[in-house]
Amino acid sequence: MWETVGLTVKLAATSTTLLLLLGTPLAWWLARSRHWAKEVVATVIALPLVLPPTVLGFYLLVAMAPGGPLNAMLKPFGIASLAFTFPGLVVGSVVYSLPFVVNPIRNAFEAFGDRPMEAAATLRARPFDAFVTVALPLASPGILTGAILGFAHTVGEFGVVLMIGGNIPGQTKVLSMTVLDYVETLDWAPAHLLSGMMLGFSFCVILTMTVLEKRLRRHLR
Amino acid sequence: MKRSWLSAAVLAVGLLLSPHAARAGQALIAVAANFTAPVQEIGKAFTAKTGHTVEFSFGATGKLYTQITQGAPFDAFFAADDKRPLKAEQEGYGVPGSSFTYAVGKLVLWSKTPGLVDAKGEVLKKGAFAKIAIANPKTAPYGAAAVETMTKLGVFDALKPKVVEGNNISQTHQFVASGAAELGFVAFSQVALDPTGSRWPVPQEFYTPIHQDVVLLKKGAANPVASTFLDFMKSPEALAVLKKYGYGAL
Repeated sequence: MWETVGLTVKLAATSTTLLLLLGTPLAWWLARSRHWAKEVVATVIALPLVLPPTVLGFYLLVAMAPGGPLNAMLKPFGIASLAFTFPGLVVGSVVYSLPFVVNPIRNAFEAFGDRPMEAAATLRARPFDAFVTVALPLASPGILTGAILGFAHTVGEFGVVLMIGGNIPGQTKVLSMTVLDYVETLDWAPAHLLSGMMLGFSFCVILTMTVLEKRLRRHLR
Repeated sequence: MKRSWLSAAVLAVGLLLSPHAARAGQALIAVAANFTAPVQEIGKAFTAKTGHTVEFSFGATGKLYTQITQGAPFDAFFAADDKRPLKAEQEGYGVPGSSFTYAVGKLVLWSKTPGLVDAKGEVLKKGAFAKIAIANPKTAPYGAAAVETMTKLGVFDALKPKVVEGNNISQTHQFVASGAAELGFVAFSQVALDPTGSRWPVPQEFYTPIHQDVVLLKKGAANPVASTFLDFMKSPEALAVLKKYGYGAL
């Protein structure tokens, strides 16, 4: 049972790291760019908010199957198949949780407007320096929110995992799947334990996020 | 004029509510995933003959049983084993003495790729594949039969890292049919009408016979449609469908 908790935390941590690395520049572009296609990109990123996880999981499974388009792209890197593997779950989680990370960061970038960046430019900061020393700290409440939401959303993921996971202990059998197994075999003591833990965790996540964000905002003012 | 409209309306409502409408009843039945296609066919024949309709809810036997213990509104339960219907009777969810074996399930090792699975199942010993799909052995009897077969062949420990589990036998079939897993243990009925790919019908000595039992549930005791449908399972029409899908008779 603890194996599944460890695996879930590992999946969430890996996905969150990738989500921040991918989501922050993406959010920056969405906040600053005047490119005509940016709202199209934003819509694509937001799709998992609306799509049933089964639909997303179905497309991911087809893309990840041997001979599928995603695998064809990864073959040169020595990855034979993504379906039913831990890296496959990471890819699925990143796609699934991307809007939860990108949207708060984008909002944070948009909130402080052009002024701070212009000020940094007049002080002769290079764009990248200004991004790191001005934009990132100013957007830190949004980034924190994005990170926490991305992590929590990955921990709570079920539908996509069910579709592409294959329930392999130590690799794809995450917490939500383990709970399903226990419930369906009428093994309710461990089901209660894990579910109770999830309930406590989710409560703490939301509370912490609200409190931290408030503090950070006050601090920034 | 007004009055004739009114009486017409009353007549229409009366017709809608009349014995004709009331006579055609309904039943909601929980069905193990392996029996999906046959039961739909049998259901159609049943409706054509009696005018009654039956709705089905499909899933893994274990999952359905859990739902039944939590008050799911099913009238009857077609399991993929004989343990849970018996348990349902003993624990008070089923009508005592109502369960019987409606089919004997057969296990098959199947691949979408022609030639991958040989006629003796030697492919399991060679292990020249990345993933093999089975149904969750804890909740799906066909999954348990798959594990039993691999254990008997002495290959289960070696194959364990390659095993992926479907949540029920339908998802397992889908894993193999989509090519996401190269081969897998599925119910014979799922591929009985599909001549493609390669297969090894697992000989009976490798696994405990899958006696699939049905039980009338307490909720369905008062519903004549449910018991009529259970009786219909023994009719020549139903038996012909079972045979077509490769189920064994008891």
